[in-house]
Amino acid sequence: METMSENFFRGVWVIAYRELMRLVMEPTRIVVTLATPLLFLVMFGGGFSRIVGDMAPGVDFVKFMYPGILAMAVVMPSLFSGLSIVWDREFGFLREILVAPISRSGIVVGKALGGGTMAMIQAMFLLILAPLLGVHIEFGQLVSLVPLLLLLSMTLSGLGILVASRMKSQQGFQLVMQLLLLPLMFLSGVFFPVNDVPAWLAAIAKINPVTYGVDAIRQVMLTGAIHSAATGVGGLVVDGPGKTLTGRLATNVMGTQLFGHSLSILEEGLFLAALATVLISLAACSFGNRE
Amino acid sequence: MKSNPAAMPVIVANGLVRNFGTIEAVKGISFAIASGEIFGFVGPNGAGKSTTINILCTLLRPTAGQVMVNGCDVQRDSNAVRRSIGLVFQDTTLDSYLTAEQNLLFHGWAYGVPSATLSRRMRELLELVELWDRRKEKISHYSGGMKRRLEIARGLLHTPRVLFLDEPTLGLDPQTRRHIWNYVRELREREGLTIFMTTHYLDEAEICDRIAIIDHGKLVTLDTPDRLKDALGGDVVTLETEDAPGAAAIVRERYGFDPVITAGQVQFRVPNGERFLPEFVRSFDQPLRAISVRRPTLEDVFISQTGHAIRPAADGVQDAWRARWKR
Repeated sequence: METMSENFFRGVWVIAYRELMRLVMEPTRIVVTLATPLLFLVMFGGGFSRIVGDMAPGVDFVKFMYPGILAMAVVMPSLFSGLSIVWDREFGFLREILVAPISRSGIVVGKALGGGTMAMIQAMFLLILAPLLGVHIEFGQLVSLVPLLLLLSMTLSGLGILVASRMKSQQGFQLVMQLLLLPLMFLSGVFFPVNDVPAWLAAIAKINPVTYGVDAIRQVMLTGAIHSAATGVGGLVVDGPGKTLTGRLATNVMGTQLFGHSLSILEEGLFLAALATVLISLAACSFGNRE
Repeated sequence: MKSNPAAMPVIVANGLVRNFGTIEAVKGISFAIASGEIFGFVGPNGAGKSTTINILCTLLRPTAGQVMVNGCDVQRDSNAVRRSIGLVFQDTTLDSYLTAEQNLLFHGWAYGVPSATLSRRMRELLELVELWDRRKEKISHYSGGMKRRLEIARGLLHTPRVLFLDEPTLGLDPQTRRHIWNYVRELREREGLTIFMTTHYLDEAEICDRIAIIDHGKLVTLDTPDRLKDALGGDVVTLETEDAPGAAAIVRERYGFDPVITAGQVQFRVPNGERFLPEFVRSFDQPLRAISVRRPTLEDVFISQTGHAIRPAADGVQDAWRARWKR
C-alpha cells in the first residue's frame, strides 16, 4: 500500500525533473532570461555610475546594483515558473499530470523547485561574471548567498504558481506577471535604496518580498566593503541611524527598516522562508481546488 | 470470501449525476463493466460521454452518485484508481517539446514503474505501435496518428487494468483508424485489459462487447451490438418479384411478418435472417427476381432508440467542457 508521502515525493521529483528536461531541450530560454538582468546591469550601471557616484564609501553604483541584479536573475525565472502550469493547461499536458497517482501539493512543490533550479543556474552565471564587473565575492559570502537566493526563488515561485493556478491562458498570465513585475522589481531596492523614498513608495517596498531578498544579499556582499572603506578613512561605523556620516550612509543603503528596526540577514532569511511556505501552501490549495 | 475475478465488475457506476451550473450534463447513469470487456459509450457530441469518462478517471467530481473502479472509490481513493487505469484522451496530452522517449519516461516515473520493468515495457509497447525507431524524435515532429499511437503506448506503460479511450480515432485517416483498432484488439488478448471507449462513429462501436447508448445525459440502452440489432426485429429481407403486392400478401399471410413495399421492393424484418432465407426460398412459390438479407446497423439501432440520427455537428456540454480545459 502506497503512502501519501510517496505520492508527494515522487510527484515533486518527477515534475521538477521534467522542467529540467524541458530546459535542456530549449537552452535558448536560459540565454534569453539571463540577458535581461545583464542588460539592466550594463545599461543602468554604466549609465548612472558617473551621475550617481558612490552609494557608500567604497561602493560605486555597479557594486550597489550587482546584488539587486543577482536577485532579479532569481526573481524572474521563479515568478515565471507558474507559466509552465498555464502552458501545460493550454496544451493538454496538465491532464497527463493530473491523472497520474501523484499528490497535488507534490506537483506544486515540484514546479517551484524546477523554477528554483533554473533560477540558481542563472544566479551561477552572474556569479561567474562578477569578477569581470569588478565585483569580488569571497567563498564565505557565497555560502550565505546560496540559501538566500534559494529562499527568494521559492517565495517568488510560490507567488507565480498561485497566480497560475487561477489563469487559463498564457497571455493572461503574462499580462498579470508584467503588472506584478514592475513594482516587484522597481520598488525592491534593486535600483535605488528604499529607506530614503516618499512614504507611500516605502510602504509598497516594505510589503514587497523581493525587498528583503535584495537587502539580505546586499548586506552579505557589501557590509565588508563599507567597513573596510570606513576604517580606511578612519571613520566609525555605528549601527542605527545617523550616528556618523559613514554609519548613516550605510544604513541608508542597506538594512531595510521595519518599525524603526534595521533587519539583519538572518531575520530577512527567516521572513523569506516563512513567506515561501505560506505562498507555496496557498498555491497548492488553490491548485488542488481548481482541478 | 472467495469470488471469481472475471465475474467481478471492474467499473461500477451508480446514479451518476454531474451538473455544470444550470446545465445537467449527466442525469443519473448506472452501469457495471466486467473484467476483460470492451465497453463502448456511444452518443452524439454533447451527450455526456466525456463528462462521464472524466468522472471515472478522477478528473471531475460527480455532483451525485458513486463510482468504483477496481474496487476503489474514485473520490475517496483517487490515487489507487489513477494507478490502475490508463487514459487516451481525444485531445493530445503529450509534451510536444520533449521526445517520445522522454514522454514515456516521465509517465513511467510518475506512476512509480520500476526501472527494469519500465525499459522492457517501453520497448514492447513502442514496437507494438510501430514507433520504436522514432522514439528519439520530438513530439512536435509527429503526425496526429503517431501521437495517438504513442498515447496508447503511454497509457499502457504502467500495466493498468482498465484502458480508457476517449474518441481514440477522432480526426484520424481510415488506415490509422484500422491500425488503432488492431492494437486495441491485440492488447485485450495479450493483457486481458478491460477497455472503456467512447465514440460517435457507430461502425467503430461494432468492436465492443457491449454498447451503452447515451443521449442528452441519459443512458438510453445497454446491450451487446447483436442483441441491440436483434431487438429491432431482426434482419432486413428485401424481395424483388414480378408482383410486389401479391408477394407482400403471401409474406403477411403465410409467414406472419409485416412487410412494407418501398420502390417496388418488398421489405420485412426477420430474426436470424441467414437461417430463415434458405427455408423461405424453398417454400416461397412465386417467381423471385432477387432476394437479399442485411443485418441492421447500429445506426438503425441508434435512430430507433433515440428518435434521431447521431449528429456529427459539434455542440453542447462536451464542447463547453473541452473549452474549459483547452483555454
